Amino acid sequence: MSTASQATPRLAPGRAGVKKELPDRFKDYRHVWVFLELERGNVHPVSFELLGEGRKLADKLEVQLAGVVLGPPGEMVEDAVAEAFAYGADLVYIVDAPPLADYRNEPFAKALTDLVNTHKPEILLLGATTLGRDLAGSVATTLQTGLTADCTELDVDSDGSLAATRPTFGGSLLCTIYTLNYRPQMATVRPRVMPMPQRVDKPVGRVMRHKLSLVEDDIVTKVLGFLPDNQSAMANLAYADVVVAGGLGLGAAENLQLVKNLARAIGAEHGCSRPLVQKGWMPADRQIGQTGKTIRPKLYIAAGISGAIQHRVGVEGADLIVAINTDPNAPIFEFAHLGIVTDAIRFLPALTEAFTRRLSPHSRDKLAS
Amino acid sequence: MNDAGNEVNRQARIRTGSLEKSPMHIVICIKQVPDSAQIRVHPVTNTIMRQGVPTIINPYDLFALEEALKLRDVHGGEVTVLTMGPPMAEDSLRKALGYGADRAVLLTDRYFAGSDTLATSFALSQAIAKIGETFGRPDIVFTGKQTIDGDTAQVGPGIAKRLNLSQLTYVAKIASIDLKTREIEVARRAEGGTQLLKSRLPCLITMLEDTNEIRRGSLQQALCAARSQVVKWTAADAGIDDLTRCGLRGSPTVVKRVFAPTARAESAAQIDTAEKGLQDIADELIADILTRRPALEHELAFNSGT
Repeated sequence: MSTASQATPRLAPGRAGVKKELPDRFKDYRHVWVFLELERGNVHPVSFELLGEGRKLADKLEVQLAGVVLGPPGEMVEDAVAEAFAYGADLVYIVDAPPLADYRNEPFAKALTDLVNTHKPEILLLGATTLGRDLAGSVATTLQTGLTADCTELDVDSDGSLAATRPTFGGSLLCTIYTLNYRPQMATVRPRVMPMPQRVDKPVGRVMRHKLSLVEDDIVTKVLGFLPDNQSAMANLAYADVVVAGGLGLGAAENLQLVKNLARAIGAEHGCSRPLVQKGWMPADRQIGQTGKTIRPKLYIAAGISGAIQHRVGVEGADLIVAINTDPNAPIFEFAHLGIVTDAIRFLPALTEAFTRRLSPHSRDKLAS
Repeated sequence: MNDAGNEVNRQARIRTGSLEKSPMHIVICIKQVPDSAQIRVHPVTNTIMRQGVPTIINPYDLFALEEALKLRDVHGGEVTVLTMGPPMAEDSLRKALGYGADRAVLLTDRYFAGSDTLATSFALSQAIAKIGETFGRPDIVFTGKQTIDGDTAQVGPGIAKRLNLSQLTYVAKIASIDLKTREIEVARRAEGGTQLLKSRLPCLITMLEDTNEIRRGSLQQALCAARSQVVKWTAADAGIDDLTRCGLRGSPTVVKRVFAPTARAESAAQIDTAEKGLQDIADELIADILTRRPALEHELAFNSGT
């Protein structure tokens, strides 16, 4: 640090252009934290996506990026710590104790709240998974601080405050939210919204280990069992490379078969926009958009989907978006790369046939040779 | 609070014994939201055009309401429905009474305007505490999984924390409740599977979608709903003395900017469909896709047709 920079100390963070000063008790809150979610022995990929995002915020703020790992003592936690460093953390906080073996709100909220109160981060990021949302809501309430859910963009203002952008009004507009007078500034981000950063093998760095200030007898809720999902039956939309989805423009539930046929022909996952789930035409786990799955495929074909913001934020990470819609003014044409103004009900069978022809075993052999 | 009809229902439940033995009290929090399917954004000012948009009970809340009514069917007791909102939110409470809720409380005060999730969970938890004092302590507080306008899923956990209730979110099924031992077992949606949890009453449950189907209220209930009084509380009525924790002032988050997303620099390249057969258009589209992303051809070819 040069004397010049000492003479002009960093602005009190979090003012967002507001002249009022941050309360004294929050002035020593510093550094960016990412909560690493352990899921049956593995780190949930959203935690790595957040480390990538947290790295950018920390660099802008010129502070450190810390990972937070809560779990049972042993290999699972140590592996997660190594991954945290590989994905960019400068240090890792650990609370390892037997009651943290399976997720329950009480011990996890206690562990995270205690860590925050001890080490005082200015920003705390969690994945907007069922676990992350369950945990973030109660931690923010105990800390009496602001929490912005399901952010689609995170940035740091010129004065160092977190600008968290998310869809609002049911996904028809975006808004940027600040937590001005409280710390930490908390935000959740849904899986696949942020790109996956590069993994770089690194030695394990600084680790701070803490005890859990609860024992099993203090915890009211007990885990009786866990039934893993039948993975083959579940839609793997979020991580699919090719996705075909249908919207209200398909007109009737039975026309979704046209979407499924195309998906099968090109080895894609199929999905739908929110209104179709609300109408009961497709199960909720097939919904793409802000309140459904966020996808980042190489190719996304949207048939009869108008492209409301809440859908847009769920698909914008796709490499190539193809939109089929009868309305030339549909918002989807503003963010699709390729558009066709036509009736999806008539066009989908033609497209399926054309793909099948192009990708027939004969042409597959040609490609393989 | 209860009009004659609801009182008859209540008496009937007391006679069947359930209310006397186990006077279960369930509070369910609902929210009146604009019907999102009908929201329009003003094309010039980019503001929400609220006028004329019909309101509905947040659809996720109906799964919680039905679950509460089902528990009352089995265990007896009472279901109190609570909402915070402008005076017109009374409509949603009447609808809930029509489905069969016993009592409705509207928390309405200008001091609540501009509440974020922290201020909302504060006001609602104060009102729930007041409901507890006035009508009996709740055994279970229900909320929906999230709302369709805010989509945060934060208010339920906030209430649980403030009232020190066991927090059971994303509940897919209530397997059992034992009112003597105060134990409850639920199946909870977790990442990658279903967690089976045993916990204790009082608890807060946020109900997962598609777990039940809201009943059609009886004609009698519809008539009752139209006639019954909705309890209306101001902040003071609900026992809130610290107004700095309410509304805009009690909200740590500040919305600085609301905006429509910018269009990409170029909008979609349109494939000309004039005077062409569908097959030709399809071929052209595929050619265009593969020109832009040549690597896709291999990927599609080897995944297709299976």
